[in-house]
Amino acid sequence: MLRFITSRLLQSLLALFLVITATFFMIRFVPGGPFTAEKAVTPEILRNLEAHYGLDKPLWRQYLDYLGSLARGDLGPSFKYPNRTVNEIIADKVPVSAELGGLALGFALVLGVGLGTVAAVRRNTWMDYTASTIGMFGISIPTFVVGPLLVLGFAIHLGWFNASGWYGPLDRVLPAFVLGLAYAAPISRLTRGGMLEVLHQDFIRTARAKGASEFRVVTRHALRGGLLPVVSFLGPAVAGILTGSFVIETIFQIPGIGREFVNSAFNRDYTLVLGTVILYAGLIMTLNLVVDIIQAWMNPKVRLEG
Amino acid sequence: MLRRHLTLLLLLLGALFTAGCGKSKKPTATTGAATGGVPQIWHVGNGSEPQDLDPQAITGVPEHKLMMALFEGLATEDPQDLHPVPGLAESWDISTDGKVYTFHLRRNGQWSDGSPLTADDCLQSYKRMITPEFASEYAYLIYDYVVGAKEYYDRKLADFAQVGFKVIDEHTLQVTLKNPAPYLMGIIASHYAWTPVPVKVIAKYGPIDRKRTGWTRLGRLVSSGPFQLKEWAPNQKIVVSRNPHYWDAANVKLDEIHFYAVEDNATEERMFRTGQLHKTNTMPSAKIDVYRRDLPESLRIEPYLGVYFYRCNVNRPPLNDKRVRKALALAIDRESIVQKVSRGGQTPAYAVSYPGTSGYMPRAKLTGTIEDAKRLLAEAGFPGGKGFPKVELLYNTSESHRAIAEAIQQMWKRNLNIDITLFNQEWKVYLDSQHTTNFTLQRSGWVADYVDPHVFLEIWVSGNGNNDTNWKNPAYDALFQQALAAKSVEARYALYQQMDEILVDECPVIPIYHYTSVYALSPKVKGYYPTLLDNHPYKYIWIE
Amino acid sequence: MSNPTSPTLAAVVAEPVEKGNSLWHDAWLRLRKNKLAVFGMVTIAVVTVACVAGPWMASYGYEQQDLMNTFAPPNAQHWLGTDQLGRDLLVRLLFGGRVSLGVGLAATFVALTIGVTYGAVSGFFGGKLDALMMRTVDIIYSLPFAIFVILLMVFFGRNIVLLFVAIGAVEWLTMARIVRSQVMAVKKMEFIEAARAIGFGRRRIIFRHILPNILGPIIVYTALTIPGVMMLESFLSFLGLGVQPPMSSWGVLIKDGAEKMEEYHWLLVYPAALFSLTLLSLNFVGDGLRDALDVRSSKD
Repeated sequence: MLRFITSRLLQSLLALFLVITATFFMIRFVPGGPFTAEKAVTPEILRNLEAHYGLDKPLWRQYLDYLGSLARGDLGPSFKYPNRTVNEIIADKVPVSAELGGLALGFALVLGVGLGTVAAVRRNTWMDYTASTIGMFGISIPTFVVGPLLVLGFAIHLGWFNASGWYGPLDRVLPAFVLGLAYAAPISRLTRGGMLEVLHQDFIRTARAKGASEFRVVTRHALRGGLLPVVSFLGPAVAGILTGSFVIETIFQIPGIGREFVNSAFNRDYTLVLGTVILYAGLIMTLNLVVDIIQAWMNPKVRLEG
Repeated sequence: MLRRHLTLLLLLLGALFTAGCGKSKKPTATTGAATGGVPQIWHVGNGSEPQDLDPQAITGVPEHKLMMALFEGLATEDPQDLHPVPGLAESWDISTDGKVYTFHLRRNGQWSDGSPLTADDCLQSYKRMITPEFASEYAYLIYDYVVGAKEYYDRKLADFAQVGFKVIDEHTLQVTLKNPAPYLMGIIASHYAWTPVPVKVIAKYGPIDRKRTGWTRLGRLVSSGPFQLKEWAPNQKIVVSRNPHYWDAANVKLDEIHFYAVEDNATEERMFRTGQLHKTNTMPSAKIDVYRRDLPESLRIEPYLGVYFYRCNVNRPPLNDKRVRKALALAIDRESIVQKVSRGGQTPAYAVSYPGTSGYMPRAKLTGTIEDAKRLLAEAGFPGGKGFPKVELLYNTSESHRAIAEAIQQMWKRNLNIDITLFNQEWKVYLDSQHTTNFTLQRSGWVADYVDPHVFLEIWVSGNGNNDTNWKNPAYDALFQQALAAKSVEARYALYQQMDEILVDECPVIPIYHYTSVYALSPKVKGYYPTLLDNHPYKYIWIE
Repeated sequence: MSNPTSPTLAAVVAEPVEKGNSLWHDAWLRLRKNKLAVFGMVTIAVVTVACVAGPWMASYGYEQQDLMNTFAPPNAQHWLGTDQLGRDLLVRLLFGGRVSLGVGLAATFVALTIGVTYGAVSGFFGGKLDALMMRTVDIIYSLPFAIFVILLMVFFGRNIVLLFVAIGAVEWLTMARIVRSQVMAVKKMEFIEAARAIGFGRRRIIFRHILPNILGPIIVYTALTIPGVMMLESFLSFLGLGVQPPMSSWGVLIKDGAEKMEEYHWLLVYPAALFSLTLLSLNFVGDGLRDALDVRSSKD
């Protein structure tokens, strides 16, 4: 087990290095730079700007400099926000996105696994169809429709909430609900599918034959195997949900990191792009490791290989 | 073993969850439900998060709106027509040749920390602005005008004393220009490039010619305007409060302004309806008709000093033929575009210059019928649109630009029988295509930083960094140079008339409409006037 | 803890694909009995036929504007109303359907093929190969997508193949991880051991013995991928890759409609309804297919 984790961490470190390298060079080949503006700066000003930010050095030099400061834990200063470092931006915004993501994830798991399980156990009944339909609407109606609709209903017409902002506990309700809904839908579908696979298997029949209650059969025996596909899905999904959602954070004006993933690329804020990529890659790799461990626990036949 | 890890994970998740619930901050009061007098707190939507609050290290409109609250120039703007009125300087003299400006600073001028605001502060600020290592984006707004400044910026002149800035005494600053620039006071009043900064404060946090010293952070920032920084929650809001050391503090009516960083105009509009905002930055176009009908008292549609146009790359056939460019320009039904497509009260543009900029009315006008357009196209070798090559129209991704492009595409198809394909690019890719003239036709726009007709004409001079059409016209360039040296406003405007004629004749750009600013403003806000730059000096505003 | 998953030896004997046609035949018979699946198939057929044939019968072109008749609510001339430029929404919806169904199905097929093959190989062989393949997946997950797409366009220009490459590049990843974990669970079962003992080749074991046993999650996740792909197409349009105006797609229509939903609700309601209906139908078919192909469930 320890060997497995160590080996995986080493692999991930190598993968992370490759991601950083690839991103570093990719973004430099994208047209437009941090100082490209509608009102073009004059060539002499551009030269001085590039010198100010060290962009006049050869690219390989900049790359080595970046790796050097990264080794010291310094993600560098932001190009777009000269007053702030990437470390600060990430430290400021990740907790906000993680809070929103945590709330949404909890809601999504409860709703998704619940709906999916009910649909599987009561397969081909009206409960199944209702759950499936709810799930499908959750998937096919995008958050940029659900979000504004809820704001119109609950904030503007009923006046229960602010239209947007991230100040009080009440401001968490709508965004967490909308984000959770978007994830609950696929979770419910995958749960249903996974549970159906498991519910036919012999050990479930055995359990039933032994007279275990249906509830016990489902919760004690079936869920463990039935959630296998859900858990695979959750690795990247949790990384996505915890690092925020561009759409939700924009609609609800939430100061999370989700917007920076998109905006930093559009602003050509090279260091911030790399910072967000490192954050996301680290999270993805950690979570996929966690997922592999959980899956091994859920199915003892799977051996951890590394 | 494994199970223990899982338990740990679940515990972590649970902790995250509770942390999420527990860490919520106190709700802030939004609208004024106060007893007694109306709280003088103004809530404003301000577009995206500002880059910084250092007036010498920023570009962009949201930043500008904040600068107007925090800092003041030597001159500042009149609330109604934005003409220069005394700011940090209580008066100024301009020499008869128009080249020497003498500013008389206020004797009691102070920074927001109470320290005196002197002529030397101004001089050091301008020095910082044209220090090449500092690399300010707007350095050219100084070095284009002031004697020796360009040489200093290009490191050809090492001695700053030879640059045309001179401290006469503690409260007098003299600026010497290369050429008379009749619109310079407009720039000084309206543009933050000429805003003095508290160099002594900046020096406390690092070398003053570096950008990243962090002097603008909360608790450090010292300002000179009617307000000072009170709170800065990145990507949420910036709160400024009354600056007691401001020279005109007695006349500042608002206690606080809350600038919300709301990028999405639909979000902002919803915040307006729940009463979270008194003013939005913009308005989604679909909402304009609704406001006209249901909330007319909150809808503001005001002329805005900018022009929306299509740029031609005159090196690329078939647009290298001015008859083709003119045919395209004539075959657009601008009335339909502004009434049915853009819908924001814009005015059709038949010339590049904005009518009524500081009293300048361009006489040049695109005139001609669809028949004329067809004839021009035929003369250029494409009778009835036959043989017209595939031409692409580039625009930056946005629903409204797309709708206008689709409408014009149809007009050209119907009127000239030519096919134009549309394609969009992400903003910076699109700008890169523009600045490298890697396009045939391109949607674009130009918005003035200060009120003078010069703004819309200078960019078409050969070699101007924002020309981006490959269009060069010696006669046009000569007129521009003459205008710079013109002795009177009338003489200058007469030259501008000729320049506008050339633009309409040559059509390197196809003007479409002149902008308006469209937004929602609560009727409770008073002391607020429509202005051409959408600048609204805050000290005159109050809430009723 | 009860007996872990263990299919009976019967599963090896009654080994699915060996019986070839009769399996698909049986499955088809079972599918036909599933009312929801039939409903789904009929709906998809109707939508597809309407999108392909409908525009030929329409009296308007998708690009045909009428600036005197903008934002018209549904009426006799324009059954679903008109948009900002006075274009007929129904016609645009049908044309958009061609794009969305085409892109959605084709790109999903690409993602499915890559994801299943990749995941199956990775899960089956395990060890160093699995580590290499899965870390590659981690890397691709982590690369910034918008930058990747813009770069693709810089190097290859704008073309439709890129659209599939861009979508395919992201959508197969989760599928690969799901398939991998399922394969790892299945490959240790007795009937696979038995198949190995008999001396079947690896390829045969993977595709004939393992995959049929994990079809359930594959089908479910495929059905989840299709809406993702269709909405991704509208994001790619934002970056300049994807449909070019005046042509449209469901994703773009929904996005535009969402901006105007309060004032001109039909611009959102109809596109969203058609989109949801199609996806719901696809899922019913998917569920039905899953049930029909599930040999074990028939024994219940």
